[in-house]
Amino acid sequence: MTEPGPEEYTPDPLTPVLTRRWLLPESWTLRHYTELGGYEALDTAFATDPADLVSLVKDSGLRGRGGAGFPTGMKWSFIPQPKPGEEPTAATKDAPQFKPKYLVINADEGEPGTCKDVPLMMADPHSLIEGCIITSYAIRANFCAIYVRGEVVHALRRLHWAVKEAYDAGHLGRDIHGSGFDLDIVVHAGAGAYICGEETALLDSLEGRRGQPRLKPPFPATAGLYAAPTVVNNVETIATVPSIVAGGKDWFRTMGRERSPGPKIYSLSGHVERPGQYEAPLGTTLRELLEMAGGMKDGIPLKFWTPGGSSTPLFTAEHLDVPLDFEGAAEAGSMLGTTALMIFNETVSVPWAVMKWTEFYEHESCGKCTPCREGCYWLAGILRRLTEGRGTESDIDTLLDVCSNVLGRSFCALGDGAVSPITSGIKYFRQEFLDLCADQQSPASETPVLAGAH
Amino acid sequence: MTSTEDVARRSSTGRTVDEVDLSIFDGQRERAAAIVARYPQPRSALLPLLHLVQHVEGHVGRAGVAFCADVLDITPAEVSAVATFYTMYKREPVGEHLVSVCTNTLCAALGGDDIYAAVRERLGGIGHEETSGTPGEPGSLTIEHAECLAACDLAPVLTVDYEFFDRQTVDSALEILDALQRGEKPHPTRGAPLTDFRSVELLLAGFFDEPEVGGAAANAGPSADPSTLAGARLAEERGWTAPPMPERGPDRTTESTTLPGGAS
Ligand SMILES: Cc1cc2nc3c(=O)[nH]c(=O)nc-3n(C[C@H](O)[C@H](O)[C@H](O)COP(=O)(O)O)c2cc1C
Ligand code: SF4
Ligand code: FES
Repeated sequence: MTEPGPEEYTPDPLTPVLTRRWLLPESWTLRHYTELGGYEALDTAFATDPADLVSLVKDSGLRGRGGAGFPTGMKWSFIPQPKPGEEPTAATKDAPQFKPKYLVINADEGEPGTCKDVPLMMADPHSLIEGCIITSYAIRANFCAIYVRGEVVHALRRLHWAVKEAYDAGHLGRDIHGSGFDLDIVVHAGAGAYICGEETALLDSLEGRRGQPRLKPPFPATAGLYAAPTVVNNVETIATVPSIVAGGKDWFRTMGRERSPGPKIYSLSGHVERPGQYEAPLGTTLRELLEMAGGMKDGIPLKFWTPGGSSTPLFTAEHLDVPLDFEGAAEAGSMLGTTALMIFNETVSVPWAVMKWTEFYEHESCGKCTPCREGCYWLAGILRRLTEGRGTESDIDTLLDVCSNVLGRSFCALGDGAVSPITSGIKYFRQEFLDLCADQQSPASETPVLAGAH
Repeated sequence: MTSTEDVARRSSTGRTVDEVDLSIFDGQRERAAAIVARYPQPRSALLPLLHLVQHVEGHVGRAGVAFCADVLDITPAEVSAVATFYTMYKREPVGEHLVSVCTNTLCAALGGDDIYAAVRERLGGIGHEETSGTPGEPGSLTIEHAECLAACDLAPVLTVDYEFFDRQTVDSALEILDALQRGEKPHPTRGAPLTDFRSVELLLAGFFDEPEVGGAAANAGPSADPSTLAGARLAEERGWTAPPMPERGPDRTTESTTLPGGAS
């Protein structure tokens, strides 16, 4: 590792920042966290004005790691704060700037293919906790909830114990490090519902209700948890914050690309020799990642893959050199999503995979809006019929027609995500869908079996 | 005040129609109060309270619903509306263990569908959320097919009481079933030693340090799977690191803080 040169500096192919402690035995303990500089960024943060921390994160270019890639510092800056010296008056005492502020961590990790936040919470929970403290200080929140999907009890256990260790060591509670800042963190277990990963559904769920999305606006920044200003951020986003505070924005920008800076955990799964978590600069390509992961399993060629979970349109072998950052993935017709790279070889049928994902969305649709609730039901039915060899060519048009009625017409982004595998699957592998209908071409069988009518 | 009285009193206000005997929750009032105290507003306690109910009842029954309603001073209908929304709250009593097999696409492509089919067959053809044996008796098993469990790099996976058994095959999964039915507790590949479904629900309610959930020893259960560490290990082997952080401030003792690529 040489010193960064002024211009043509290239970081190493892997840049462990979030994953740098993971190889330590018992890496999750406070002892190991502090040995490698843990909770030092906290003092730097407390010596900084909260507004300057928001600017630092803005300037670092950090973007949300939960799927949408929204600029993190900008999100924090939307939290209404009293102007310097402003005191509540009878007229303004209920205004958002005088309400309590909340930080909510989205640890609901449920997007198919996504498997980065759970290992992070198991291996290094203190990096998330330190990030929560710095973020809460920056947005002036005194209560933070970490909403973890319920099915990952070991991650919950690790977080609970880490939060307790942090309290015992004086990193949480009253007057943290003598700064005068108070913070309580609650680790909250969900109960099995993918939609609760959508930030407003998550807030409803955290308020003890059915997890169904809310109408936006108002956005959580002004009316979030208990209708008070709230920041919702992903686990990986917030676990990155201590390193930005410790290393500075320029250091952070030595990794990744101009509009998508920093390191990112890429999760490789499926037909690769060494699946797993690879932390590399944003903009790394699948070709590069595959090389590091030992290539395709047993040398069987790549057929299709997702850049960021099942809600991001499929890619094929054509896309091996697409730079995997927010712009690169979008320009190539998909989305970076959660950098969940599910990799499938030639043995896997695209219509089958698409049918399985559609069944997932059918099950997880929260039922609040008609296009998604009904659309997913019919799409799954048609796809089941197709994969069972009872489809007709016109089913493909029906699928695309239903998709166009779900996309952009659903109440939340689950509906948009649900149609991604179908439209991209047909776009790149139409012949495979047609082949399933091949024996349906005789006029006698033109009458389609009514999907769903069983 | 006994719980039955409580419900009776509340029924006079028109909130509760039926009388439900809440006495099985008598020992849980303190825990319920502790859950409520965690949050700025009491209603946020509902999800953890429902987990506590499953710890006691092994599912969410009528008494459990009434108990939550009583603690939070909301109607049983409001509680039911929430309980029925979430997959993890079960309407029928769960066996000693809950076996969940991931059948989402990635796991399914690597054998998850075959594993689930074999599990069903071994247990006499039972289906999703059905139980082999009698809930409450040792060796009783409830099965379900699960959506992606955030362990795709270790596919195909199943969980027992939400602890991970990674990289399964039909044979390894059937061995786990047989062992559970014999009353044994095979060790998860990642996670704490198995207890049972109801004990884990106590942890989900937020009581992580009680002896019943294994205390601090449970926290030491393994998690460092080779796949989880694949990138960190490769970086260490090849000497790859993140760029060094710049020196900052006079109070820095070290020359420059290079981020270690892993164990140092
Ligand atoms: C259906 C659906 C599921 C989602 N699931 C998650 C999730 O599990 N974890 C997550 O961080 N974000 C998830 N999101 C994105 C969140 O709504 C939100 O954008 C994110 O938590 C913001 O954090 P970030 O800016 O740090 O990425 C989901 C969105 C949708 C529409
Ligand atoms: S798009 Fe689907 S998940 Fe979202 S609100 Fe509508 S029904 Fe619910
Ligand atoms: S698909 Fe099975 S864990 Fe993700």
